Amino acid sequence: MARQINRTAGGGEIDRGQTIRFTFDGKQYEGFAGDTLASALLANGVRLYGRSFKYHRPRGLVAAGSEEPNALVTMRSGARREPNIPATMIEIYEGLVAESQNRWPSLSLDVMGVNNLLSPIFVAGFYYKTFMWPASLWEPVYERLIRRAAGMGIAPDQPDPDRYERAHAFCDVLVIGGGPVGIQAALKAGEAGERVLLVEQMPWLGGSIEKLTTDADTLAEMGNVTVMTRTTAFGQYDGNCFALVERVADHVSVPPEGQPRQRSWVARAKRVVFATGAHERPLVFRNNDLPGVMLASAARDYVNRFAVRPGRNAVVFTNNDSAYEVTLNLSAAGVDVSLLVDARAAIPEKLAAKVREAGIEILAGAVVTRAKGFGKLRAVDVAGLSSDGKSVVAPKRKVVCDLLAMSGGWSPVVHLMCHKGGRPSYDPARLAFLPGDLLGLNQSAVGGCAGDWTDEVPPRELWKIPQPDGGVGKAFLDFQNDVSTKDVELAHREGYVSVEHLKRYTMLGMATDQGKTANILGLALMAEARGVSIPEVGTTTFRPPYTPTALGAVAAGEVGRNFVPERFSPMQDWHEEHGAVMVEAGLWMRPRYYPKDGEDIHAAYRREAKAVREAVGIVDVTSLGKIDVQGPDATKFLERVYANNFATLKVGRARYGVMLRDDGVVYDDGTTSRIAENHYFMTTTTANAGPVMAFMEKLLQVDWPELRVHLTSVSDQWAGIAVAGPKSRELLAALGTDIDMSNDALPFMGVVDGTLDGAPVRIFRISFSGELAYEIYTTSEYGHALWERAWEAGQTFGVVPYGTEAMAALRIEKGHVAGPELDGLTTMDDLGLGRMASKKKHFVGGVLMHRPALLEADRPKLVGLIPVDRSLNLKSGALIREAPFHPHDRPVGDVASFDELTETPEAAGLLGHITSVSYSPELGHYVGLALVANGAERQGSLMYACHAVKGENIEVEVVSPHFVDPDGERLRG
Amino acid sequence: MIRIDCPFCGPRDHGEFTYAGDATKVRPAHGSTDMEAWLDYVYFRDNPKGVHKELWHHAHGCRQWLVVERDTTTHDVLSVAFAKLSKSGGG
Repeated sequence: MARQINRTAGGGEIDRGQTIRFTFDGKQYEGFAGDTLASALLANGVRLYGRSFKYHRPRGLVAAGSEEPNALVTMRSGARREPNIPATMIEIYEGLVAESQNRWPSLSLDVMGVNNLLSPIFVAGFYYKTFMWPASLWEPVYERLIRRAAGMGIAPDQPDPDRYERAHAFCDVLVIGGGPVGIQAALKAGEAGERVLLVEQMPWLGGSIEKLTTDADTLAEMGNVTVMTRTTAFGQYDGNCFALVERVADHVSVPPEGQPRQRSWVARAKRVVFATGAHERPLVFRNNDLPGVMLASAARDYVNRFAVRPGRNAVVFTNNDSAYEVTLNLSAAGVDVSLLVDARAAIPEKLAAKVREAGIEILAGAVVTRAKGFGKLRAVDVAGLSSDGKSVVAPKRKVVCDLLAMSGGWSPVVHLMCHKGGRPSYDPARLAFLPGDLLGLNQSAVGGCAGDWTDEVPPRELWKIPQPDGGVGKAFLDFQNDVSTKDVELAHREGYVSVEHLKRYTMLGMATDQGKTANILGLALMAEARGVSIPEVGTTTFRPPYTPTALGAVAAGEVGRNFVPERFSPMQDWHEEHGAVMVEAGLWMRPRYYPKDGEDIHAAYRREAKAVREAVGIVDVTSLGKIDVQGPDATKFLERVYANNFATLKVGRARYGVMLRDDGVVYDDGTTSRIAENHYFMTTTTANAGPVMAFMEKLLQVDWPELRVHLTSVSDQWAGIAVAGPKSRELLAALGTDIDMSNDALPFMGVVDGTLDGAPVRIFRISFSGELAYEIYTTSEYGHALWERAWEAGQTFGVVPYGTEAMAALRIEKGHVAGPELDGLTTMDDLGLGRMASKKKHFVGGVLMHRPALLEADRPKLVGLIPVDRSLNLKSGALIREAPFHPHDRPVGDVASFDELTETPEAAGLLGHITSVSYSPELGHYVGLALVANGAERQGSLMYACHAVKGENIEVEVVSPHFVDPDGERLRG
Repeated sequence: MIRIDCPFCGPRDHGEFTYAGDATKVRPAHGSTDMEAWLDYVYFRDNPKGVHKELWHHAHGCRQWLVVERDTTTHDVLSVAFAKLSKSGGG
């Protein structure tokens, strides 16, 4: 087992009393509680953390936080395998197992490292330019090769075994970022009595401050302040709403019993304080990606927080003041800092005095031109920088070191602030994009993210360091995507001017770190190449998520059956017990058929439909929409919303009603009954129950507020059972009732309240099947019992339960229109209902139904179809033509011309289509409903039902859509 | 997420509401047979930049239709009122 050779003797925020063992790439290591995987490996002397994306160059740690571009590892294994996690964001736990990525066979010996030797050809756009032809090799060969060679980690291939959950938070003040300024903001609001939520992505508060202040403890004790660590605010949405992900159990091997792995929060705040800090930028010089070159702020965090020396001999390289403090920190921790290289000719004297006091040499107006070493840093070349910054000058020297801490200035973390679509504004003095106009209503930014820092001497604009040897070698701006200065220059030479194009061509700012350290360097270099200012090149767009977020957390449990709600009738248990095969109808689950003795769907629905025609059947119609309409103007209202007459409807009677949309097209149909003078009971189709209710509410609240009508949705309050068939009356009588069921007392379209087998019921004598039938509504709690009793009482009469398939067969035989015919394009005329439309009153859609196009004589009209060869099956969706259709008769390769593909239906001879088909048990063959141009005149003629996909042309006879009992004698009997 | 302060239910997420467009568009009188007026009402809408009066239905709440003043550039909600009262002049 490796020892923690780089751990300092004292200091840090780690708990040296708690040793934790973990495994990286199969080798065991020890760290302390409070370590990240990055800090623990660094303590053990590990310098190599990964191989770069394209060139497979060895890479080490650059950062200490979520902006880390290089040290991506794969955590856990099997179904819990999770790739591309920055080692800087992983808290070590006992037994942790992590693997490095993008190397084969091992991290130190990586075969694909050959890409680096070939790197002159692997420039930006290389793949686009090289793998062009033959096109047939794109997907099977090139893409696979590229993906293997240039990849991130491998995604798990098994379902995620962990649970994720959603939670909601409300607060007066949301503080994002638990660094010193975030803590201060939270304290201030907390002391003012406001409800405060402070979120911090790291497991601890205090940010980069050496010692936690007592402020964090004060905060923890305030009852009105909630502190959430290990929580990332990853998205901002309208109305000061934020998406947070809380990593509940990522710091343990598996989630504890009853705990989710992660919790997805939606936080709604009255006021927001951004305290997200700033990211330090790298400096761009040759081989700046060598392990051992890291951000100065990272070096500071490793020595201060984790008590780890990131090197023995260090050089610090900066263009601003901030690295001076880091130099002192490193020195204090026992790192031998030999030189501080400052690109500025004038240096901050107060800070410089302290550094010199520590015995460290300062080289002003100088730069590091090159990092040297094979696989890890061994020395740096240092030279003077000309005053225009374009060339290096004497004196030049080489300095031996194994750590280079660099600071290229700071970029405020404005990402979250940009999520609503704004752009930050560039401050040329600070060399930074600041929030500017990004802050919305009740939002403020404090600290680093607001650019709130001061340099004694302004930072020197230094986006790349001039190369002394004529530009041999690579200087990287985006480590994660292997984007070097040459790629930006090449993109510019090839005519790319916009940063958005630069991004897509070079991959700058893509992948898991989204260019947190790189984007501004790319912008600046493009600006330099074009000779324009940085704001003229633009900014890249920041979108959620701020850091990679598990899809499981986004779904937050809304998966599988929890993806959408399911609605069940009170009779669901019975349906299940009796083997019903269910079908989704909107959100409702309805019995489709009840197979007996191994029947398939066809045998089952034919048997069920036949039993209804010959004896009696019961079907669950609970899902129909039911609306209670009451008020002095109820009749007036129904007269307006239905196209047909309702003023003459008597109390105790029901009527079929058709509703149009404002544009004159048929919207919905159903039966509405008059219960009392000012009281109606309306039914709608299952699918339109919600929309019809909302539409009528709009009419009453927005358009006709003067009407005194109240609507109540009672869909869930009533269970519905249709009892249909010649023996339905006998079945109801057998149940025991106080209702007179005789034809005189309860005629067709009659409605009556009473009891049935003791259950309160409202019985409608209406029929969808065309048989003598009743729809019985009872309060939901009686639904199951009444169904059960009807089933028992019906045994003597040969009752069958029937599902939606048999119901469809029965209604198609009767030519009743349903969903496939009410397709949002058909008018009442088209459906053969035109004569129902009242000419004596105004109704919704009554004006626009007279638009010329809706009145054209050759519009497709509802007809019935019968196959001439009675043994053939008709199919829904088949096209109706006067002649057979043979699209495949064309010789192979004779591709249809564009004109042919876009020819009009008329030119293609298409006269309509089949909407609904069923086998008719009554007639013994298939029947179909269709919408066919000039349908009425075509009755008796022969046409073809053409199914281009199946290559079928079936000769059909056009007939009346009323196949069975056209005069309706049965339902009146 | 837009937050709408429903006068009946209090501030709620926009997911509870259904958006129904321009609230300034007035439905022709019920007896109107003016085809042009109906075509205009059914099909034509402005798409203003800035403050817009819109209808929102609190479908998963109190079922009230609301007139919401919203800035289409910022999604800031400036006022919310019952549609029924705003039409009849009440408040």
